[in-house]
Parts: sequence; C-alpha cells; structure tokens
Amino acid sequence: MSNIDSYRRNFLTGIGAVSTMAAAVTIAPGVFLREVQAKPAEKAVSSKVRWGMLVDVNKLKDGGDACIEACKKEHGWGDEEHSNNKQDAQWIRKVTVKEKLTGHEFSLPVMCQHCDTAPCVDVCPTGASMKRADGIVQVNKHVCIGCRYCMMACPYKARSFIHETLTDQKPGTPRGKGTVESCNMCVNRVDAGLNPACVDAAPEAMLFGDLNDPESKISKALKEFGGTQIRADLGLNTGIRYQGI
Amino acid sequence: MATKAIFSEVKNNGFGYWGILGVFGVLVLGGVWAFMHMEHGHFSTGMNNQIVWGMPHVFAIFLIVAASGAANIATIGTVFGKKIYQPLGRLSAFLGASLLIGGLLVLLLDLGSIGHVIEMAKGHLNFKSIFAWNMVLYSGFLGIIVVYLWTMMDRTKLAKMLYKPVGIANMIWRFLLTMATGSIFGFLVARQYYDAAIMAPLFIVASYVFGTAIYTLVLMSSFKFTGRELGDAILNRLRYTLAIFLALTLFIEFVRHLTNLYATEHHGVEGFILASGDNISNLFWFGQIIMGSLIPMFLIWCRFLKNNRFALAVAAILAVLGGLAQIYVILIGGQAYPLILFPNAEVTSSFSEGVINPYTATPAEILLGVGGFGLAIAMVIVAVKVFKVLPTTLADSATDPHHTKKI
Ligand code: SF4
Repeated sequence: MSNIDSYRRNFLTGIGAVSTMAAAVTIAPGVFLREVQAKPAEKAVSSKVRWGMLVDVNKLKDGGDACIEACKKEHGWGDEEHSNNKQDAQWIRKVTVKEKLTGHEFSLPVMCQHCDTAPCVDVCPTGASMKRADGIVQVNKHVCIGCRYCMMACPYKARSFIHETLTDQKPGTPRGKGTVESCNMCVNRVDAGLNPACVDAAPEAMLFGDLNDPESKISKALKEFGGTQIRADLGLNTGIRYQGI
Repeated sequence: MATKAIFSEVKNNGFGYWGILGVFGVLVLGGVWAFMHMEHGHFSTGMNNQIVWGMPHVFAIFLIVAASGAANIATIGTVFGKKIYQPLGRLSAFLGASLLIGGLLVLLLDLGSIGHVIEMAKGHLNFKSIFAWNMVLYSGFLGIIVVYLWTMMDRTKLAKMLYKPVGIANMIWRFLLTMATGSIFGFLVARQYYDAAIMAPLFIVASYVFGTAIYTLVLMSSFKFTGRELGDAILNRLRYTLAIFLALTLFIEFVRHLTNLYATEHHGVEGFILASGDNISNLFWFGQIIMGSLIPMFLIWCRFLKNNRFALAVAAILAVLGGLAQIYVILIGGQAYPLILFPNAEVTSSFSEGVINPYTATPAEILLGVGGFGLAIAMVIVAVKVFKVLPTTLADSATDPHHTKKI
C-alpha cells in the first residue's frame, strides 16, 4: 500500500494550497458544492466511500463538450507540443453513437470508468496502475515504467501515453513523459471536498457522490431510475454510470 | 551427462570472423542510435494512443518466443536422451539466452520511463500481473540456462549428475515462459482479437518454428565459416522439426480463426484480418501463410529438394520472416481493429472511434528491433570464440553411430 500513500502524498502537496482555499471557493459564483465533506489531508482514503458519477445523456446539452473543456483546463492535457493528434493525451472524449436499427443518435462523454475490478490494475506489472480505497482508479507516475500494458487492457480506451516532455503543468495534476495517465476523477478536487471539474461544468446532467451511501443524491437517483454501464457484459462494475444510452 | 563430442573455440582470427561480427555490431549500433532517438519521447515514433505497442514489440516478442524454441533443441538431447542432439546443446543454450537478452533489451529500451524500472527492483511488483510473472520467468530462464551450460561444459561429477535434472527444469521452465508470453494477449478481455486461451499453445508451437529456423541458420553459417563438417543426419532432424512445427502452427492458426468465426461477435475483426484487403490481411495471407509457412514447407518436403542445403536455408529465412509477419498481424492487427463500446451502432469521436487505426513504423522503431536481433547474434558470435560451444564436427559418421540416415 506504500505506493498509494506516496502517491497521495504527492497529490496532497500539490493541493495543500487548494485545500486552504476551499473556504473561498464555497462562495465563488458558479462553483457547485458537493454534499460530502472534504477529506482532511492526514486522514487515509476510506473504503467506506465509493466515488461515482452519473451522466444523464438526455440532459447533456452539448454531448459533453463543456465537460471536456473543463477537464482540459483542470488537468492541462491535450495540446502537447510535439505529439500528433493521435498521440495527444485525451482523458475524456465525446463519443457519438448512432444505433443502426433505429437511427437513434446520442453523444456522451467517455473517460476512465473507474471499474471496481479494473483490468488496468490487474495487468500493471509495477502496481502503478491502482485503485484507491474509495474506488478512484489512477496511475502513480513515480512508479509507472511506461510499458502501456494497461492501455492494451483498458476496454474503454481511456488511457493516454505521454509522448513528450511536458512543461507548464497544473499544480494539482503531476504528469510526466513516458508515463500513462487517465481521468482520475479529479482526485485533487475530490480530496479537497469539491466536485470533479466535468461535473461542475454540466451540473444539469451529471451527479457525483458516494455510491456506498444510500442517502447520497447519486445513489437515490440510481436506485430510482437505474444507470447503465458501458460494456456491462464485461462485469467490471464501473463507477461511472449513464442514463439515456 | 556430457557427450563424447569434442568442442572447440573458433580459431579464425582473420577478416572473416571480425567482418561478420562487425556486420552484427553495426546492427547493434543502429539499435543504439534508435534508442537515443526515441528517448526524446515516443512522439517521434509511429506509435500512438491507439497503436500502443508497435514494431519494437513485434521484434521483442518474436525474439523472446524464438529464444525458448532455440533452447529447446538442447533439451531434446538431455531430457529424451537423444544422443544425436547432444552435441547441439551448447549452441542451443547459448542462442536461447542471447535471443532472450536481445528481446528483453528491446522491450526495456522501448519503455516510456526506463528509470522507474528500479522501482520494480525495490519491490513494486504486482503479482497479479502476467507481465510481472513474465519478468520473473525470463530472469529465471536465464539463470537456468547458465547452470545448464555449466552442466554441459564442466567435467566434474556434480555437473554430470545435474545435467539431466537441469535439462528437465529448463524444458518445463521454457514451456511456462512461452505460455506466459502468449498469455500476455490472452488477458486482454476487451480486445476482440486476443481474448482466447488458444494464444498460449499457438505461441508454443510457433516458438519451435522461430527457434529451430534461427538455430538452423546459425548452425549452418557457423559451420560453413569455420570449415567444420556438418552432416545431413543433423540437418534433416532440424529440417523436419521445422516443417512439422510449421504445419502445427498453421493448424492452430486455422482452429483459432475458425473458432473466432464461430462467435458472431468476432466476425468484424476476423473479416478485417482475413479479408479486408488492408495491409494486415495482405501480410497475413502473403507474409505469414504463403511465404512464411507454405513455401518453407514445400522447400522441405519437396522430394527433389531432399538434402538440399540451400533450400533449407531459404526455408529457414522465410520461416523467420513469416514469424515476424505472424507476430505483426497479431499485435498490430489486433490493435488496429477498433474497440467496440457500443455494439450494433455506428460510433464516431475525436479519438479514432469505430475506425481502423493505421500504423507505419518509423525507421527508428525498426532499427531498435533489428538491433536486438543483431545483439543476440553478435553475442553468439563472441561466445563461439570465447567458449567451447561448437562441436569440431557434426559429420554423419560422428553424430550417427549407425551411420544411417534416420529421419
Ligand atoms: S504503463 Fe504504467 S500504469 Fe500502465 S501497466 Fe505499465 S507500469 Fe502500469
């Protein structure tokens, strides 16, 4: 577990400042507050919590464009200088689906689905690809050797390899050449008691919360209306659920 | 037990020896250049977030699989007591170790963060990962080969006593290793083309093909260049081993594609590999099947080419190229075909959804792979000079006590 701890420490150094700003953030306009308290820095990540998201595709006005922009802004990926567009990182993407039989068309944002039994975690030789006790799946950049086996294993193609040296990184999101990265459910914000950036960018369509807490908004919504997993047949018990797909 | 065959170092100090070593040395230098080029970041390669494993991995996997096949020739002599194979043991073990080192080095040098490998040494190993198990198996294999070579080359009683048990360990280990290499693919549940247990046996039979082909070429050329006699008895053993395993590999490939075609969900990817007219399907039919399997089998089994060494050499070269084609089709073809997130729907996105992903290897990627191959052979060339690896003769009279050509 020590790798998890050291990873968290790294994040926490980065977000120390963010945490102290939390009070200011609460009154900033346009920022939505989460129902769950911030996790004090010294407190371990708890397995009592399982973070998840629910995306109502019918309520998304833009198919996820705003989420993608917010994610880019938060984590700074996507405009790598030397990489071509197939090499650029893409933590979250807009996928447009047209059913062949009915012609029904919809768009949805697809990112790391934060699987309970994550294939990327199983295959990683070093344990860099890991799932926190609270269900967030992410990569420990200090241990990742850049073998890309996790990218081969991910059913959602959610991971990106960093093909070049990066400059001007966002303080809350350490990234590095030769390692793999993906949506980390804005672990920096979540630990500070905020919503993931994409959820705040599309509050009308997205919910974030604790799937283990039956009283949370997300659990109630899922209980009442259900939520679909992409490729549910793989039995990965994803933390990201969709309605309207 | 050591054999009665007499072994000697290569004495040739002339231009011939150093010239050949030089050629392979240049390949190694090419690999070093490629590594330095790619070290700036993988943006300079043809690999991307869709085709995450490229040409270096084709070579690395090929070499690793070939290694276990090459080492196998020694174990036939040891484990099954086939005397005729025993003089071949030392070269077999050396070649197996060198190919493995070459392959592993290519794999290592392609990593995004080589520096972090040290973290693995510090204990960051995930034993749920087949990849981690592979690392353990590869290192163990090298260790066993070193001991195995000692039992073959040392005259002490202990060495002779351990010869057979170590040979058996080597054989078992080699099976585990090849199966584990094949299983790297078997664990990729979401990739339409890989998710099948048959990958492990496929890799085992293919390893005999790759290993025997390379071994045959190395044996023939080293005997030719050192003026040693190589009889038909040995060559025919290798010849038919190669052909039989070519046939077996073809058979398992056939079964694999057939079972895939049976499952409706795999029709898309099978259509792509077998009938798309894309580079991949051309490589499959012309590279792997026709050039890499059928023609070599013809060259070996055609009655008019019996004992024809040139035909055997060509067959072995084609089998090597066909093997590379086979790994390329599996590795690149499997990634080129898109992941299916929504069956029965047309999907588009800014991240290559629903389209075949093109891949063109850059020269650096090819050079890195060839460099690994060059290193493996260069190591063998050095080994035959430094150690007593090559038998002084493999003439029929020396290898076959009955002097008859059993095949
Ligand atoms: S690329 Fe990094 S995170 Fe992914 S499997 Fe390899 S070591 Fe693990």
